Amino acid sequence: MTVVERVPTDKVVVEGMTGDAAIAHALKQCDIDVLAAYPITPQTIIVEDFQKFVANGEVKTRVIPVESEHSAMSACVGASAVGARVATATASAGLALMWEILYCAASMRMPIVLAVANRALSAPINIHNDWSDSYGARDSGFIQIYCQSCQEAYDTVIMAFKIAEDHDVLLPVMVCIDGFILSHNVERVEMLPTEAVQQFLGVRKPAIALDPDNPVTMGPLALTDYYFEFKEQQDRAMARVPEVFERVESEFEKMTGRRYGRFETYRVEDADIIIFTHSTPGGTAKAVVDALRERGEKVGVVRLRMFRPFPAEALREVLRNAKAVAVFEKCRSFGAPSNPLALEVRTALYDLDERPLVTDFVIGLGGRDVPPSTIVEGVEKTKEYLKAGRAPLYETLGVRK
Amino acid sequence: MSKRFDEIPMAGIIIEPGNAMEYKTGGWRAMRPVHTDETCLWIKNGTCGLCWIYCPDNAVRLIEENGKYRYEYDYDYCKGCGICANQCPTGSIKMESE
Amino acid sequence: MTMALDFAKGITEFRWHGRGGQGVVTSNQMLGKAALAEGNYIQAFPEFGPERTGAPVRAFLRISKRPIQVYAQVYNPDIVVCIDPTLLEVLDPTEGLKEDGLLVLNTTMSPEEVRDKYDFRGGKVVTVDATTIALEILGRPFYNMPTMAAAVKHSGVVRLESAIQAVLERYPGKIGELNKAAMERAAEEARVG
Repeated sequence: MTVVERVPTDKVVVEGMTGDAAIAHALKQCDIDVLAAYPITPQTIIVEDFQKFVANGEVKTRVIPVESEHSAMSACVGASAVGARVATATASAGLALMWEILYCAASMRMPIVLAVANRALSAPINIHNDWSDSYGARDSGFIQIYCQSCQEAYDTVIMAFKIAEDHDVLLPVMVCIDGFILSHNVERVEMLPTEAVQQFLGVRKPAIALDPDNPVTMGPLALTDYYFEFKEQQDRAMARVPEVFERVESEFEKMTGRRYGRFETYRVEDADIIIFTHSTPGGTAKAVVDALRERGEKVGVVRLRMFRPFPAEALREVLRNAKAVAVFEKCRSFGAPSNPLALEVRTALYDLDERPLVTDFVIGLGGRDVPPSTIVEGVEKTKEYLKAGRAPLYETLGVRK
Repeated sequence: MSKRFDEIPMAGIIIEPGNAMEYKTGGWRAMRPVHTDETCLWIKNGTCGLCWIYCPDNAVRLIEENGKYRYEYDYDYCKGCGICANQCPTGSIKMESE
Repeated sequence: MTMALDFAKGITEFRWHGRGGQGVVTSNQMLGKAALAEGNYIQAFPEFGPERTGAPVRAFLRISKRPIQVYAQVYNPDIVVCIDPTLLEVLDPTEGLKEDGLLVLNTTMSPEEVRDKYDFRGGKVVTVDATTIALEILGRPFYNMPTMAAAVKHSGVVRLESAIQAVLERYPGKIGELNKAAMERAAEEARVG
C-alpha cells in the first residue's frame, strides 16, 4: 500500500472549471498512457482539453483518434491488455456504439476508466441529460459511479484508476456526470498537485500483460465447459469492489480530507420520507430537504454514488426506518414494471418484514429541467400515497400530460 | 479436466502458448486416410502438397531424405476429416473405416 | 403549507440574456471566476439550448459562501442582466425577478423609462449604453463585458477589480486592456434608478 500524506493547502490549486474540464485535468494528472476516443457532445471538452495537453507536451499520453466509439473501446482494450493505464470518454449514442466492447472490457478484466457525460438516446435526437445511456449498460460488468459536482468528478476519476487496477478487482469503471448540467457548468474545483496524484496511484502493475517474450492469449473461446466459471470469477471480482473502494477512499481522504462513500446520506436520521436519487438531482434534493425541514417536515436524502455494484445491504439499513422512499430517476425502462433505480431499491428492501413504501418518479428525460419544485411535487405525492397505503409502481413528473 | 472457477486463469487467459498440442484430436477418427505412393506427386517429384496445405490439424508429414520423398500421417492429430482425400488431384488418398 | 420555500438560501442568483455569439456565456463565466477568486463557491452555466449565432441565449450564475447544492435553472433571480438591447422588445427581463431584485440593461433608456416599460417598481434598475462604449473603445460591438461591469458595480457581488482581473486573465494583451477600459467606463456611466 502506498504511503499517502495530507496535501498542504498551499499546494492545492483552486480553479473554476466545468465538469468536463475537471475530468480532463484529472486524467492528465493520472498520467494515463493511452486515450482512445471519439468526440460526442456533451463529452467533447474532455477529449479536446486532453488533446491540448498532449499538443502542449504536458503529458506523454498516446492519443488514438479512432473512427468510432466501437473502435475507441477496442483500442482501449488492446492498450490495457499490454498493461497501459487507459481512459476514454463518451455519451449517449457513443456509449451505445461501444456496447459490444463494453462487455469485452469487463469480461477480459481490463481496468479502463470511461468518463460518461450522461445524455439521452435518440430518437428524437437530443443532446441533453438523462441516464438512459449508462443505465442501459448497467449489466455490462462495469463499475458505475455517478457524481454530483465537478469536484467530485475530479476526485472520482483519480480514485477510479486505483479501484480498477487493484488486483482484487481488475474491472473497468464508468465515471458518470450529468451532461451539460455538470459537464458544462463552471464550479470551484480544488486540484491536487500532480506529484500527489501520481504518488497516490503509482504506476499500473498489470496482473498479466501481453508480451511477445512471454506470449499469452487473451479473450479466447470458452463454451459450455468453462464460460460459466469465468462469469463466476467476474461476479466475485465485482463483489470485492466495496472493500477495495473503502480502502481507496480512506487513502484519498488522508490525502485530501474528502470522502464521498458509496452513497451520501443527508438528514435521514429521523426522516419519514427519504428521497433517493443520484447525480445533480441529488444536490437539488438536499436543497429541497433543507427548505422542507424549515417547515417541519421530516425528510432526508440518500444520494447514490455507486450504482454498480449496487450497495443493497448498506442501503437497506439506512432506508429501513423510513415510512417511504421516493425514488427520482432520469430513465424510463420501457415495458418494465418500474425503472432501473427503483427496481434496485425495491429488491434491496424486499426481504424486510416491514418495508417502507417505495414511489418511483421518472424525471428530466431529454434534459427537461428538474427544479426543486419537481422534487417537492414527488414528495407531496408520496405523502398522499402514504395516507392511501399504496402507490403506483412508477409515474412521470414534469411532463405535459 | 473440469476445474473450478478458482483453479483456472483469470478471464480465460491462455497462459501456456501452443498448448493445443496437448489435445490429441486423433481420438475422434472414425475414417482413416490411406495413402498410395504410386500416383502421388510428392513421392514422384516433391511437388503438389495440397494435402499438407489443407490439413486443418497439421497431421500430414511430407518428408525429404537424401533426395527421396516419403509420406506419413501423424495419427495423434489426424481426426479423419477426409479433406486431404478430397483435395488430392490424383486420387492417391482413400478414406477407410477404422 | 403556505410558507414559501426558499431553495437558494445564502445564494445570489443571476440570469443573463443575450444572443448566441455576443459572449453572454463568457461574461457569465468571467463574473463567476471573479467571485471564485474572492473565495466563493460558484455555478456558471448556459441554458443549454440553441447554441446558434443570433438566437436568444440565457446563462445562469450562482454565487455562495457555502457549497451550492441546487442544480437547476434559475427561476427567481436576484439579478437579471441583459446585454442585447434588441432583446428588450421580444422578452420581459423582469420575469421571475425578485421584487427587491436588480435589473441591469444595456440600453439607451433611462432607469425610469425601463421601470415604466416593464412596470417594475421594486428593487433597482441600472442602465448603461454599453453598445456605444464598446464601439468607441473596442471598435466592435463587444458589449458583454461593459454590461457586466455595470452589474458588478451596482450589485456589489464582487469588486470591479476582480471582474476586470478575470477578463484580463482570459484575454491577455490588447483585447484585455481595451475591455478593462470599457468596463471602467461602463461602471462610471451606468445610471441607477
